[in-house]
Amino acid sequence: MTTVHHGAPPDLSGRNLSLRRAAANRAATVGIGLCVLVAAFPLILVAYQVVVRGGSALSLGFLVEEIPRNYRTAGGGMGPAIVGTLLITGMAALIAIPVGVLGAVYLNEYGKSGPLARFIRTMADVMTGVPSIVMGLFIYVVYVVVIEERTGFGGALALACLMLPIVIRSTEEMLRLVPDELRQASAALGARKWRTTLSVVLPTASSGITSGALLAVARAAGETAPIIVTVGLTYLYRPDLFAGQNTTLAAQIYRNATQPFEASQERAWGAALALIAIVFLFTIVARVIASRFAVDRR
Amino acid sequence: MTATASPETSEDLDLGGDSRARGADRGFRGLVTLAGLMVLVVLALILVATALRAMPALSEEGLWGFITGTRWAPNEDVFGTFPMLYGTLVTSLIGMVVAVPVSIGIALFTTEIAHRRLRKYIVTVVDLLATIPSVVFGLVGVLVVVPFIDDWYQGLAGLVEPVPVLTSVFDESNTGRNYFTAGMVLAIMTIPIITSIAREVFDTVPETDKQAAYALGATRWEMIKGAMLPHSFGGLVGASMLGLGRAMGETIAVALVIGGSFHISANVFDTGNTMAAVIAQQWGESTGLHTDALVGIGVVLFAITVIINFAARWVVRRAETKMRGAHS
Repeated sequence: MTTVHHGAPPDLSGRNLSLRRAAANRAATVGIGLCVLVAAFPLILVAYQVVVRGGSALSLGFLVEEIPRNYRTAGGGMGPAIVGTLLITGMAALIAIPVGVLGAVYLNEYGKSGPLARFIRTMADVMTGVPSIVMGLFIYVVYVVVIEERTGFGGALALACLMLPIVIRSTEEMLRLVPDELRQASAALGARKWRTTLSVVLPTASSGITSGALLAVARAAGETAPIIVTVGLTYLYRPDLFAGQNTTLAAQIYRNATQPFEASQERAWGAALALIAIVFLFTIVARVIASRFAVDRR
Repeated sequence: MTATASPETSEDLDLGGDSRARGADRGFRGLVTLAGLMVLVVLALILVATALRAMPALSEEGLWGFITGTRWAPNEDVFGTFPMLYGTLVTSLIGMVVAVPVSIGIALFTTEIAHRRLRKYIVTVVDLLATIPSVVFGLVGVLVVVPFIDDWYQGLAGLVEPVPVLTSVFDESNTGRNYFTAGMVLAIMTIPIITSIAREVFDTVPETDKQAAYALGATRWEMIKGAMLPHSFGGLVGASMLGLGRAMGETIAVALVIGGSFHISANVFDTGNTMAAVIAQQWGESTGLHTDALVGIGVVLFAITVIINFAARWVVRRAETKMRGAHS
């Protein structure tokens, strides 16, 4: 700028921007806005299709009846798959959440920034990137082959492996938010470290831990690849996870989606709606817990 | 207790107590350490167990032959996985070409353009996109999109026919199931991941940098170009690589829309296969050496994604420390 303004300040309002600069700015703003629409479009498409097509398939009978053996048979339901989804995901949560929370306690309360803790942290991040199908193959090799049977528990183990790093990292995030004064106060009262951790640190962070764990559960419930590798297939209710093949909603969607028959496609849509409902339920509950009890994070 | 404990923690406050209490402490410490080590144990076991299982199939071809062989004929015990590796690369690349700019755009929109309330809605939309199971994307892809998208592909192929290189990349389409459709599905699935990291990266741009750009008379776009993007470049590269790792490992959605053939084609409108998808497609009917070969594909996939993830985290961390150094 060569001119020196006396009195009036320079005009930065953009009114005398060169045409090219104004146009570039406008174009960029529009382009950036379009990106949001690009993301919103598939969400709307998927939600609309699943609700409309799934809604017409969904009924009380669909939720409880057994799965027809023939793709072509109309009617029937997804009862065994719904029970299978809940049981297998629940078992995975029972395995992954305690181990994950304790692992996070190690990272935040004991290991801190030591070399082992730093290494575990890095590897947990790497583990979140391991494809779910690889987890399925892993459990197939070390569990399914050994007991010589595909079972619901094999699927639960695979899902637990997927959840473990997510639970560890989200729990550690929450433990880090617990103020150190609480630990010191507890120690000053004579509590041992394990006591302090179990009765002061973990309860303080409990809502955050629960919400993170539920998000991991929601993600696991929709997994397909590890299930088709380890769980097998059943048409009947199979509440025993340790004996006999099982099935889940996600596996049923995959199985039925590729068939050219009206009846099986309709079951796939119904199963998709049921699965999305389950996943959203977990997600919403997690959100509510996180925002409701956000106060104790200070 | 130990001399290494930092003074502000309770560890060096040994108020005595009986040996049983001390034992409980030590026991608890052992328990949580064990839980922490589980991550390392599982990762090591994945590598060792799957590699051992895949050994028979790998030794049939040799690791190099397994990766570079172009013929996949399980009933003749011929296991060349290059067509799948190629499919994985092509579909992930198509996905990234779409997902990276779109994700950066969304992240810019939420950090710079949208007002607070709108921002909340957009973040919710992206989060919802992340919660939809991949098999549902595959279902919508194969039953809704595939049936009509073929006509669009043919239209596009006709449009670029006179252009020399483009016409072999966007060639004739016989079915809606192809590399391109799979790439689009991967783009949709990786947008939430890349967006959320890109937002974190943009949040680290110092407010003073932005204000300085505005004070020099920059428009918003010039501010983004001049102050935000250079500052965030490393982080954005890392975010894209994390998305890439996710795309390469995605199985079910791709398995439904890729077509399932085993050739290498420069035409993105041609059917193909990816490493993850072929495992899912052939798992049910495989026995013996075929199963071992599928596990072998899993081993290669595991190695690739772990390397990409390592590299991505390294890039992100390096970018972060560089920025912290520059501004503290």
